[in-house]
Amino acid sequence: MTRTISFTLNGEQVAAEIKPHHNLVEVLQREFNLMGARESCGQGMCGCCTVLVNGAAVSGCLYLAAFVDGAEVRTVESLADARTQALSPVQEAFIEAGAFQCGYCTPGFLLMATQLLEAYPDPDEEQIRHYLSGNLCRCAAYPEIIAAVKLAARRRKANSVG
Amino acid sequence: MATSSGQVGTPKDAKVGGAKVGSQIGRSLPRLEGRDKVTGRAEYTHTMRLPGMLYAKIFRSTVAHGRIKSIDTSAAKRVPGVYRIITAEDIRTVIPAPYYGPAFHDQPILAVDKVHYVAEEAAQLIVAEYEELPAVFDEVEAAANNTLVHEELKPAGTFADLKHLKGRKGTNVALDFKLRRGDVDKAFAAAAHVFEHTFHTQKVLHLALEPFASIADWNERGVTIYSGSQGPSFVRTEIARLLGWPENRVRIKVPYLGGGFGAKLYIKMEALATALSMIVRRPVKVALTMEEQFYTITRHPSTFVIKTGVDASGRITARKCEVYWNGGAYADVGPRVTQKSGFTASGPYDIDNVWVDSYALYTNLPPAGALRGFGIPQLVWAYESHTDMIARALKLDPLEFRRKNLLREGRPQATGQIVRDAKLDAVLERVAERLNWGKPLARGNGALRRGRGIAVAIKAVISPTTSVANLTIAADGSTTLYCGTVDMGQGSDTAMAQIAGEVLDVPAESVRIVPRDTDVTPYDMGTLGSRSLFHMGHAVRLAAEEAREKIKAMAREVGEPEGSNIPLPDLFKKKFGMQAGNIVGTGTYKPDYVPPDPATGLTDKVTPFWMCAASGAEVEVDTETGHVRITRLITAVDCGRPVNPKIVETQISGAVLMQLGFTMFEKMHIDAGQVTNASLADYKIPAILDVPQAMENETVDSQLSTGPFGAKGVGETATFCVSPAIANAIEDACGVRLTALPLTPEAVFRALRAQANKPLADDA
Repeated sequence: MTRTISFTLNGEQVAAEIKPHHNLVEVLQREFNLMGARESCGQGMCGCCTVLVNGAAVSGCLYLAAFVDGAEVRTVESLADARTQALSPVQEAFIEAGAFQCGYCTPGFLLMATQLLEAYPDPDEEQIRHYLSGNLCRCAAYPEIIAAVKLAARRRKANSVG
Repeated sequence: MATSSGQVGTPKDAKVGGAKVGSQIGRSLPRLEGRDKVTGRAEYTHTMRLPGMLYAKIFRSTVAHGRIKSIDTSAAKRVPGVYRIITAEDIRTVIPAPYYGPAFHDQPILAVDKVHYVAEEAAQLIVAEYEELPAVFDEVEAAANNTLVHEELKPAGTFADLKHLKGRKGTNVALDFKLRRGDVDKAFAAAAHVFEHTFHTQKVLHLALEPFASIADWNERGVTIYSGSQGPSFVRTEIARLLGWPENRVRIKVPYLGGGFGAKLYIKMEALATALSMIVRRPVKVALTMEEQFYTITRHPSTFVIKTGVDASGRITARKCEVYWNGGAYADVGPRVTQKSGFTASGPYDIDNVWVDSYALYTNLPPAGALRGFGIPQLVWAYESHTDMIARALKLDPLEFRRKNLLREGRPQATGQIVRDAKLDAVLERVAERLNWGKPLARGNGALRRGRGIAVAIKAVISPTTSVANLTIAADGSTTLYCGTVDMGQGSDTAMAQIAGEVLDVPAESVRIVPRDTDVTPYDMGTLGSRSLFHMGHAVRLAAEEAREKIKAMAREVGEPEGSNIPLPDLFKKKFGMQAGNIVGTGTYKPDYVPPDPATGLTDKVTPFWMCAASGAEVEVDTETGHVRITRLITAVDCGRPVNPKIVETQISGAVLMQLGFTMFEKMHIDAGQVTNASLADYKIPAILDVPQAMENETVDSQLSTGPFGAKGVGETATFCVSPAIANAIEDACGVRLTALPLTPEAVFRALRAQANKPLADDA
């Protein structure tokens, strides 16, 4: 039994044939070749599969694809400027601060950090830690991730002032 | 960006391509692959797909040790979408001897006749019946050999010193390493004080966030395997052996790894994927779930009985170490862990009389291999806890006691090798200084008690191993590097580019690193044991030096004056008349090694370099709950000269935090061979809130005289001392000594109650 869902994916109107049990990560990977959200723990514990649905972070490995019918979906692939491919301040800061090693969890952290800075443009360390506490990094680049978020906040501020 | 700017005889301070040349070493260059990783474009095996690919799912045993009586696949076959059910019988039709392993050929692709450990997953409609056999789970019990895991031992022949075990029956001991130096019995008899303690470590796992995945695409001419592997050369050799093919028909391609930590070494899913592809004649992917990782490879639990004699002046005169390594059902690289860590089981101390017995044991548990330290963190946990207990018992300052006994430059280590370029004193002193060791510490009040602890350690990097690198320079002057070191997050691609760039005077970011593909990347023993920067670093240096000499030769050949600054594109044009040709450099590196004497374990060339670390911790113990808060965690390492200081910093803090998880809470709970917490919901790893508020890491000033540009490896170093530093701080805070990891609030609380003579009912 399949059905067709349509939704906005990284700013583009798209449709997909899905089965009721398909999760969002499967559909993003199989139908749209977007590999940035990836399954790791399969239980919504690690954050590697983080996707923004209507602006809120969800665990794509548990989130049924059927639920995004009519929704706005954003993945890590949308963070860089679609036209110029320029990286976002958060992406740049992650590279400069060395905020990843293997990179498998990085898309989840980037999306959460982006969401954090949209909600709290000038977060303190406690806020950063609290906000990112649902994402796991086995390489434990946590100190660098905290530094990257702070750096990105400064950059965003400078950009908006300038 | 100019990518082509290498020049013959460029002055060291010239600017090329925007970067200062001749200064690639010591640059905190951001990782070269950074953009791929922040855009979600980096490719990992777990998310790869090939056209026509089938997905395999493994049916796993429910008993720890048993004979397989029957397997009924009829119901599973009827499920729509199931292409085929494949059993060990089918595997044998394509690979008649389906056993693999780096040290022993003991692991079947699928269980043959007998199962050796538990693992249950999916393929839920398959029904197997077993005749259950008695099982053994504890490493010390396994040594008694009452229950045998394997009827006969089958050493792989890869390692010469396992040959004597060939065909041995009636034992679970996969390797016994001995080291005998001086006369411990005599020294114990003469010692003013003798101490003996026993320590345990628990079963934990690597838990890479990208679970194991391999894809095999086989046909009669060859097989291509895509795998998240830390050692593509070994995979190639072993698959070729299983197929009876020459190596050049086996191709291993390695995309980015979503973490390795020692798990993704040797054969993991590659042999199964290959066998399945041979049978169904289509590409087959074997990608595990997180739960299945708990049944694939783990860190050795250990029991360490350690005995030390001390003279009246506080000098350690003798140390006897008996270490039991719980290797699980298949040896994997356990015998290597047993031997190589055995070299330094007596610690970073100058001791005349040393006795080490280190046993690799088979049990009916999920297998154990290398995990960020090759056994060293388990040993340091024991010997640095023990060292502290001795100091306290003798009312000696723990730092002074260590200083007095520390192995100094120019002195023989337990194996007999003279210690050179090992900054043990520097790492210890830096941590002591940062801890303000000589000054009093605020001890807390009421239920909250504060304390501090210190630990120091040494590791002999494993040897002998070989690395080969090739480097080509194109006619536009651009450089391409081919090396088999797998960048699994440690930043090796960036570091290797820096080394090549340093030799060739080109910016590291202009050097292209070819992704691992055994069809083009030459041999490398494996990305393990902090060996790559030293071994592959040398191979890359040699390859680049050869290319540089060829550039000079080409310049001479076309009539350029000595020291000519002709740009490379012009040089190639002058030689070939157009943009054509290549310069190819190659480098091979294998350090000197003398195998240990089988009777004494002694050798004067056991390792090409020593890794040194010290950690210090300040903790606050809530004596009402047993909860431990780490208020400061300090680590200093000797990694020689850092090639990329920023990446080194990340490696150090990552290693500290990983070991912090193994110290404070990580533990695989096992019941009758079943892992009862095989998921991230039940097995906690460090998250951002677990990072101590004050974590301080540093590298001490050091230069390895035999290293590539003075560098040593650093991937594991910072793990060594974290556990005992914290346990020592806990005793300092509240007077209780824990001898088993992890240091959970429950363990601390039980110890506090026992200390107060009010043990909990089940401890009484």
